[in-house]
Amino acid sequence: MAYSDKVLDHYNNPRNVGSLDKKRDNVGTGVVGAPECGDVMKLQIEVDGDRIVDAKFKTFGCGSAIASSSLATEWIKGKTVDEALAINNTEIVEELSLPPVKIHCSVLAEDAIKSAIDDYKAKQQATPE
Amino acid sequence: MDLPIYLDYQATTPVDPRVLEAMLPYFTERFGNAASRSHAFGWAGEEAVDRARKQVASLIGASPKEIVFTSGSTEAINLALKGVGEMYASKGKHIVTSQVEHKAVLDTCKHLEKQGFEVTYLEPSPTGRVSVETVAAALREDTCIVALIWANNEIGTLNPIREIGELCHERNALLFTDATQAVGKVPVDVERDGVDLLCLSAHKLYGPKGIGCLYVRRRNPRVRLVAQMDGGGHERGMRSGTLNVPGIVGIGEACALCERELDADSEHARALRDRFEGRIFAELDHVHLNGDREHRLPNCSNVSFAYVEGESLIMGVNDVAVSSGSACTSASLEPSHVLRACGVGDDLAHSSIRFGFGRFTTEEEVDHATQEVIAAVRRLRELSPLYEMVQEGVDPGAIDWSGSH
Ligand SMILES: Cc1ncc(COP(=O)(O)O)c(C=O)c1O
Repeated sequence: MAYSDKVLDHYNNPRNVGSLDKKRDNVGTGVVGAPECGDVMKLQIEVDGDRIVDAKFKTFGCGSAIASSSLATEWIKGKTVDEALAINNTEIVEELSLPPVKIHCSVLAEDAIKSAIDDYKAKQQATPE
Repeated sequence: MDLPIYLDYQATTPVDPRVLEAMLPYFTERFGNAASRSHAFGWAGEEAVDRARKQVASLIGASPKEIVFTSGSTEAINLALKGVGEMYASKGKHIVTSQVEHKAVLDTCKHLEKQGFEVTYLEPSPTGRVSVETVAAALREDTCIVALIWANNEIGTLNPIREIGELCHERNALLFTDATQAVGKVPVDVERDGVDLLCLSAHKLYGPKGIGCLYVRRRNPRVRLVAQMDGGGHERGMRSGTLNVPGIVGIGEACALCERELDADSEHARALRDRFEGRIFAELDHVHLNGDREHRLPNCSNVSFAYVEGESLIMGVNDVAVSSGSACTSASLEPSHVLRACGVGDDLAHSSIRFGFGRFTTEEEVDHATQEVIAAVRRLRELSPLYEMVQEGVDPGAIDWSGSH
C-alpha cells in the first residue's frame, strides 16, 4: 500500500510526541483504542483559560494512526476547547488522503481529542476554584 | 549491496539464474507442444517434460509417474482434496485438517463442507504443531483423508509428518500434506514419510511462478482421484490442459538444484537466521519468537515486537522487504489465523513480523536489516503509549480496554 506524502511526513517526523503530567488539573488525558485492535492513542492537552496551549501524543498503531494523532495535536494547539471539539474526522481523512481501510484511524484521533477534553472538563468540575 | 533487502522468502523466491537459463530455449526454439506426437518440436517438449518429472520425483523420493503438474500448490490442493473427496465419498465423508493450514486448504475444506463433508479442524500446540495423538483422536471409520501442512508458511513450524503418516496407514486413511514450504528446505521422502499425496510449488524453491505439482501415490495404496479439470486428458487424465513446458523445465531444474544443494542451502539460511535472532534478542527487550524453536524451518523467523504495531514497523524499515502476519492476508486488517490458533494474543499478533532468509541472502544484508529493525523498534517504542505504561510498571494486558473505543 502506498502512503501519502503527508502520512509519511508525520510518520517520519511526528509532531508533539511525549507526555504531560496527567495529575495536573489543567491537563486532560484521553486514551482510546485497544491493543487487540492494533491501535491505542494517548492524547493530552494543557489548557490555559479556555485555550489549548500544549498538546502531546503517543500512539501504538499503523503509520496512518500515528499520522492522524500527530496531525490532531498540531491542529488543536492554540485552539479553544470548543474549536477543538468541532474537529471532525473527515477533515483528517482529507488532509492525510487516507484510504477507506484507514478511516478508523481518523475516527480514533477525533475520539482521542474528545476524550482528552472530557477528562479536562471532568477535572474542572471536580476541583472548586 | 542492493536495496531494498529481500527477507520474504516464504512469500516467494527469485528464479535461480541456472533455472532461468534452462527454461529459456523452451520459450523460443523448443516451443513445441509436448502432446504433439508427430514431429520433432513435440518430441523435444515431451523429452523435456519427462526429464523434469524425474527431477521433481527424485527430490521427494517418488516415481515420475506419480507427479501431476499443476499451476501451483493452490491448484494441487484443490485437486487433492476435491478429487479424493469425490472419489472416496462412498467410504466416508470425514476430513481431518488443522487450524493452521494455508487458506487454500481451509477454503477448499469449507467448499467440501457445503458438499456434505464433515471437517475436523485440529487445534495445534502453542508452537503450532499438530501432534500424532491429536490426529489419532480425531480419526474415524469414515475419515477419507487427513490434510496437514508440513511446514507452516507463517511461523515455519514443522509437523511430525512421518509419525502421522504411519498412523494414517495403520488406520486406513489417506494422508495429504501441503509441503509447499518444506520441499527443498528440509528432507522430504514420500516413501519414508508415508505420504499419499503432497503438493509443492516452484516459486518457493527458486523456480518460476505458476507451476507446481501434486504427488499422487500409485502403490500401497494406489490413490485415485476425480479430475477437477476436464479436457484433453493430459497428466494421465488427472489434469487436462496443454503442458506449460518452460515452467515444467523450470520446476525440474529448480528441484534438481535443491536436491544437490539442500544441505548447503539450509545451513546457509540457518546461520543467517541465527545471527539475526541472536542480535535481535540481545539488543531488544519484550521480543517473542512465534512458532517452534526446535521443530522449525531453517530459513524462517516469526517475531513479535511487543508494544510496536507490525505495519508501522514495516513502514519504518524501508530498506527491508518483509511481511506482517501472512503475506497472503496482509490485505486484511485481521490478525493472522495461525497466530490466533496458537493462542498468541491479538495484541502480540498485531506486532508480528515474518523474516525469511534464502539462497541469495548475504551476511551483509542481514546485518543491515538487523540494524534497521532494532532502530525502528526503538523509535516506535518511544512513540508507544503501551511501552510507556510498561516502563511505568503498568501491564497493558491487565487493563480493561473495552471502555476506550
Ligand atoms: C503453505 C502454502 N500452501 C499453499 C500456497 C499456495 O501456493 P501457490 O502460490 O503455488 O498456489 C502457499 C504459498 O502462498 C503456501 O505457503
